[in-house]
Amino acid sequence: MRDASPAKTYALHIGVIALLFALNFVLPDYHQGLFARIMALAVFAMGYNLLFGYVGLLSLGHAMFFSAGLYGAGLTVYHLGWGVPEAFLAGVICGALLALVVGLLALRTSGVAFMIVTMMFAQVFYLLILYFAAWTGGDQGLVIQQASRVFSIGGASFDLTDPIVRYMSALSLFAIVLLVTLAVVRSRFGRVLVAIRENEERTKMLGYDTVANKLAAVVASGAICAASGAAYALLFGYVGSNFASIQYSILPLLWVLLGGAATTLGPLIGTLFMYYVTDITSGFTSAYLLIVGVALILLVLFAPKGIMGSIRQRWLGWLP
Amino acid sequence: MHFGPHLLLAALEGLVTSAVLALTALGLSLVFGVMRIVNVAHGEFFMLGAVLAWAISTAISGHPAIGFAAALVIAPLLVGLVAFLAEWLVLRRLNYNPESTIVATIGMLYIIQQLALTFYGPEARPVEPPFSYRILLPWFGYSGYKLSVVAASAILLVITWLVLTRTKIGMIMRATQYDRETAQAFGIPVERVYAGVFAVGAMLAAIAAVLIVPISQAHYLMGQDPLLLSFIVVIIGGLGSLRGTVVAAVLIGLSDGIISMFFSPTLAKIIATLVVAMVLVFRPQGLFGTAPR
Repeated sequence: MRDASPAKTYALHIGVIALLFALNFVLPDYHQGLFARIMALAVFAMGYNLLFGYVGLLSLGHAMFFSAGLYGAGLTVYHLGWGVPEAFLAGVICGALLALVVGLLALRTSGVAFMIVTMMFAQVFYLLILYFAAWTGGDQGLVIQQASRVFSIGGASFDLTDPIVRYMSALSLFAIVLLVTLAVVRSRFGRVLVAIRENEERTKMLGYDTVANKLAAVVASGAICAASGAAYALLFGYVGSNFASIQYSILPLLWVLLGGAATTLGPLIGTLFMYYVTDITSGFTSAYLLIVGVALILLVLFAPKGIMGSIRQRWLGWLP
Repeated sequence: MHFGPHLLLAALEGLVTSAVLALTALGLSLVFGVMRIVNVAHGEFFMLGAVLAWAISTAISGHPAIGFAAALVIAPLLVGLVAFLAEWLVLRRLNYNPESTIVATIGMLYIIQQLALTFYGPEARPVEPPFSYRILLPWFGYSGYKLSVVAASAILLVITWLVLTRTKIGMIMRATQYDRETAQAFGIPVERVYAGVFAVGAMLAAIAAVLIVPISQAHYLMGQDPLLLSFIVVIIGGLGSLRGTVVAAVLIGLSDGIISMFFSPTLAKIIATLVVAMVLVFRPQGLFGTAPR
């Protein structure tokens, strides 16, 4: 967390965003679609990283925040016929409210109990989606029609089913969240979060309200994950209960561990890497879960700091 | 059928669930109590027990009882071996850090599940019960095998309790649970105790699975529900308390049987999960547990 070179840091992040922008014109169709998906999901990983990496709270229930956004956006479009911007906002608000309630309850616990409580709340959320299958479509899910995924801002019309619009929308969301995360972790608030991770008692003794700070982090993390879910629903036109299952609580953990917890670019690298590993290996084998399992074990055994974490440790100490 | 017999049937079914659940949860509780780690792969050890029971009982011809008896002995031993290797190769190197072990056991969960899918397949397959005697009650006939599962589970629970409280092995385990470092200073081989406890915990789950597999079939995803229910039981019963685990298992099993006979099973699960989450939030030591650690 050295703060020697803000210019270098901002240059790096702007550079990454510019690179992703340029890739839109170079990538073949298939990979362009894959990258849009990866950027939307990297936002999920960044939201997870804010809580896991910086505050040190390991949640096993973040699928509920992602799917709160997913359903918050998807259902308002599907049943109420809302426009894209309103639906996206509805998704983010759903996620933030859910995070507030879950945070108020779950933050009474810590450590292992926190993981189990978040996992159980997520399980309840998942079962509720199945229980109200009449509205949510249950495990079949709902497909959002192309017509309801078109919106216009200031006269210009955008069709989210168009590959370039989709890519640029995913990139915009990714860029905004990346820069916001960067600003947050460099702010006073971000430093208090890291202090809580390192030693909560001492932070408390220094006069910081650790509970309020942790709650704010949970809500921020939930809102970012919900933004990812809402974008996913609107960009790819499908909502389904498997996005709320325990597997989608594990995946962001895996992406963040792989990319490097408590690094701003780690979530993107982790998501990108894992997505392509799965994509390439699925050509040879359908045993996709085996790879996830082996990756998790190898990571905690040999590279607990992840890709970006190792790079920071070895070469680039200034990486945020 | 009238309400009374209906309720009795639901209670009997619930009792069978409780019996299997108590064994599975006891395994999880032992591992948590002694090693202070949460084993997310516990449900997969359960599943592995059931799948191996199917493989063993189909490999052995002759009377179904022979195959079943062989499965009851061999399947838990194999599962124990797998758990022992997992502990030795992975968990020990992580120094039993609670968060790293959770991530690692999630990895094991996926690996075991995928291997079961690859080698056993997506079908649900039954194991023939060792005997098919029906007990005739005035209102309905009831499977004698199911009642013998309850009896077998009760015997195993008593044996575990005796081992824990009356033998030297039990004393060593309790000493390790109470204070790892002091135990080590007194010459207790803590690492070997941990490996043993992890294997025994998995074996208890495997035994429970072998007992249940003639009633419900073996399937590669069957570990999910026992895992969640075991968590619920262990939390309600108080972490590391054997008596609490058994009482909670009976409570959860019976209420699960009765609620899901009269209401939607999904609703029953939602209520149970929510109640348990609230217990953990507001009474972390469990309903029967003593002071927090």
